[in-house]
Parts: sequence; structure tokens; C-alpha cells
Amino acid sequence: MELTREEESALKGEQGEILQMTYRILVATGEATDAEKLIPIAWAHLSGVNYNTIGDAGEEFLSGISKNARVKVKTTLNPMGFDIDNVSDYGLGENFISKQLSIRNSYETMGVIPSFSCIPYEIFDIPKDGTQVAFAESNAAIHANSYDNLKTNKESAFSALASAITGKSPFSSLRKDDNSNVTIRMKVKNPNELTYGMLGFFAGKVGDTSINISGLGEMDTRQRKSMCGGMGTSGTCAKFLFGEEDSGCEKVDFDEKEMQNIHDELNTAEKGDLITLGSPQLGLEEMYDLTGKLKGRSFKKRCMIFCPRTVKEQAKKIGYANELERAGCEILSDCCTCLTPLITKDNVDAVTTNSIKGAFYLKNSNGVDVNLKSLSQIIEDETR
Amino acid sequence: MKKVLVSGKVQGVVLKSKNPINFLGTVDKKTGIISDKNHDLFEKSIKDTILVFPSGVGSSVGAYTIYSIKSNSSAPLAMICQKADLTVATGCALANIPLITITDEEFASIENGMKISLDTDSSNLIHFQ
Repeated sequence: MELTREEESALKGEQGEILQMTYRILVATGEATDAEKLIPIAWAHLSGVNYNTIGDAGEEFLSGISKNARVKVKTTLNPMGFDIDNVSDYGLGENFISKQLSIRNSYETMGVIPSFSCIPYEIFDIPKDGTQVAFAESNAAIHANSYDNLKTNKESAFSALASAITGKSPFSSLRKDDNSNVTIRMKVKNPNELTYGMLGFFAGKVGDTSINISGLGEMDTRQRKSMCGGMGTSGTCAKFLFGEEDSGCEKVDFDEKEMQNIHDELNTAEKGDLITLGSPQLGLEEMYDLTGKLKGRSFKKRCMIFCPRTVKEQAKKIGYANELERAGCEILSDCCTCLTPLITKDNVDAVTTNSIKGAFYLKNSNGVDVNLKSLSQIIEDETR
Repeated sequence: MKKVLVSGKVQGVVLKSKNPINFLGTVDKKTGIISDKNHDLFEKSIKDTILVFPSGVGSSVGAYTIYSIKSNSSAPLAMICQKADLTVATGCALANIPLITITDEEFASIENGMKISLDTDSSNLIHFQ
């Protein structure tokens, strides 16, 4: 990788330890992804926030660097482990809470916007077409590349942090104009968001950097987010293209049989003890849609809804939050189903969700069984 | 492929693994001892070795584990892989542990217990002693 004189000087340590470390991260990442240079970015979105995932090592690291490190570009943040407004309802230990607040404090000290959201593309203004950004959250990186006309690598927590501090990122293949040499032909009829989530999960296993999907109809917000979440979970692929299949490229069908295979992999229970909605977090549009779908009905069991804080506040103002709480929903902001410490196998056997991403992590990280259902099915079966 | 991901100059004794390494959960971050029963380096310490392995696997949070091992003075002196992966690359970058990738032939020629020196400024990168 070619560095400018100033970048070389930072890498040698002539501009302090923090910049030396961040350039080490950028160079190592750039070499690993065959980038030839660093380019400026306008926005970084960081993962590595939830104490449940980064642990003591992460907490100590962030606490250490926050003494000197400051972000140079607009920087937003992934969800943490809980919503401070109602954390006392969930029996989380003192240690978890204090370590999580230390992580929060470290990021704020560095100048990061404490958005605690995995859907930055829905709650912040999108910069102009073609803007280079550095998003670490996989569903957000995929959404940015595929739907928002932004360009990002599928960053790691570390490359995104280094990009936030330096304002630069390796110029890897996803940042250039690329074509996929594989097309997935969508063959499943009458798809809902679960179908699209499984299509995404399938695409992540098939694709490498970017993947073309043909045969998609109109999709709503929930379905698009589900597909991005699904692909981010199963592989490294970070961009959907939506062209028709061209004759030269390899074709793979996503049909009922492939869908059933993924369903069998992720669906391990007939019913859940509680319901979770969100992963990716719900935006205001989905809160509105859910309120409308409920039509005065109430959930027969616990239903946890995960959303960004700004969405929770807007939902309160408009009155959706009231209606959802009346229906028995627990609204949690700043956190998400994915890698949540609030659901453990000590208190829950199985969870019902419409999230493919959530299902994967509930099963593999939380060790609880999962019952997959679309939102419409959940409302039909689980409310009265 | 031959690449320098994190530069540096060290010499030491090779600890070679046939299996890839998942730093999150496989390596004790205090002692640097491999705790996974199914790993070919089970119960061996990676501390102060030149760790040679195919590549890293698993969660990118494993990079923090590499940083922790280094903070606890239990890290390898350097790492040599066949294939670059982002977890090991960023972990070594955080912890300032020299990291290179080498060709499959070179990888096959390095044996456990060999004494080697690594210098990312020299054209050969590795010298056998």
C-alpha cells in the first residue's frame, strides 16, 4: 500500500502513539484487503459497543485510548447492552452496568455521537451519492452500499475506529465500481420479510464481496432491512446489486428447497416464551406499521421491541409508544436483540422472532432456541 | 502471498499450528495458553513464540484478545500466517506484534521448534538460523 509522507510519519510514531496505532490498523487492514492507498471518508459508524461482546479487554482498551484519542469525522455508534431507562427491570448485574457505562463514557469522550443504533441509515441524513463512509455494523454497511448510494468496506470494529480517528479508510474493492460474477435468482413466491432475511443469509454464504440478485419485486423497509441483516450474519459479502442476470455469470437459484434448508438451520423451536422484534432495530415507519397491524389487540406473552432512542422518543410524542405499551410491548432503545444480555438460557428456553440475524445470534451466542415467524404470523398467533 | 501487515524485527522459536486459531475463546488472555481441547496446540503457550498458523477465524472481537495477551505479557513475538484475516491483522496492529503472510511453499517449509529471525525491512522477511 502506498502512503503519503504524512501517513508514513504517523505510522512511524512521529505524530503520537494513538495515530501510530490507528495507522497500523489501517495499513494492516489495507494490506489484508489489497487496497493500494487510503482515501478520506465523511462518516464512520462503529461497532464494538456492547459489553456483552467486547468484554473487559474492550472496555479497558477504550478507556485507555479515550484519554487522548478524538474522532475527526462524524462518528455514530452501534447499540449497547441495555436501555438505561428500564435496565432495572431486567436483572442485569452491577458489574455489567458499570462496565457498559464506562464504554459509553469512553466513546463520548472521544467525540462519538451516542446514537446506539444499528440503523444509522434510517435515523441520520444520508450524504450525497457516492460519498465514502466507513460502517462497521454489517447490516448498515450492506444497506449503505446497496440502497443509500454510499460506499463502504464491511469494516471491522477496529478499522472503523481507526477511520473515525484519522478520517481515512483503505481503498478496498467495495469502494470501487464492482460487478458480481454470481447472480442469485429469487424463485420463492409470495415472500415476506422472513423470506428476504433467509435470501440474505443464503446470499452471504454464496457471495464473496458483492452479489447480484435477480427476480426481486417491490420490497418494503422491513423486508430490505431483513435481507441486509441476513447477509451480514452469514458471510463477508457487503453489497447487493439488483441487475437482471447476464449470460456470462454463474447463476444460483434461491428456491423453496434452499429456503427450507436455512429455515431448518435457524428455526429450532415450535413456539417461543417471548417475542422479540428488531435486529435490525425498528425505525419509526415500522413502529407505525406495527401499531396499525395490532388494531387494538394485545400480546399474549412478553414482546420486546428494540429501536433507536430517537425513534422511541418520536413514537412517544406521536402516541405509537402508548399504543404499543397498551398492547403489552416492552420498548427498549439503545440496544438490540443481537447479542443482548437481557435474554439468557437461564430465564428463557425459546424466542419467537421475525429476525434472521436475531435468530442466528440468539441461538449461537445466547444459547436459546428460536421460533421463526413473520410479523403478520406473530400478530395472528400471539395476540388476542 | 507474501505481505507485511505489521512491521517489525524479532528472532525466536517457531510454534506451528496446523489448525486456524480463533483468538476469542481459544486462547487464555492472561497466560497465552490454548484452552481448546480440539486444537492441535491444546495446553501449549503461545507466549514469546513466533506463532505460525494458517489464519485466524471467528469473531473480530478476537482482536481485543490479542491486545489483552500483549498487555499481560503473554503474546507471541510475531505471527506468520498463510492467509491474512482481519481479526489477526487488526489484533496485531493494536498490539504492535509483527505480522506477515507467506506463500504456501514457505509455510510448508517452516517446522515447529525452528529458530528463525523475522525482519520486515529485509527482502526475504524470514531467515533460518
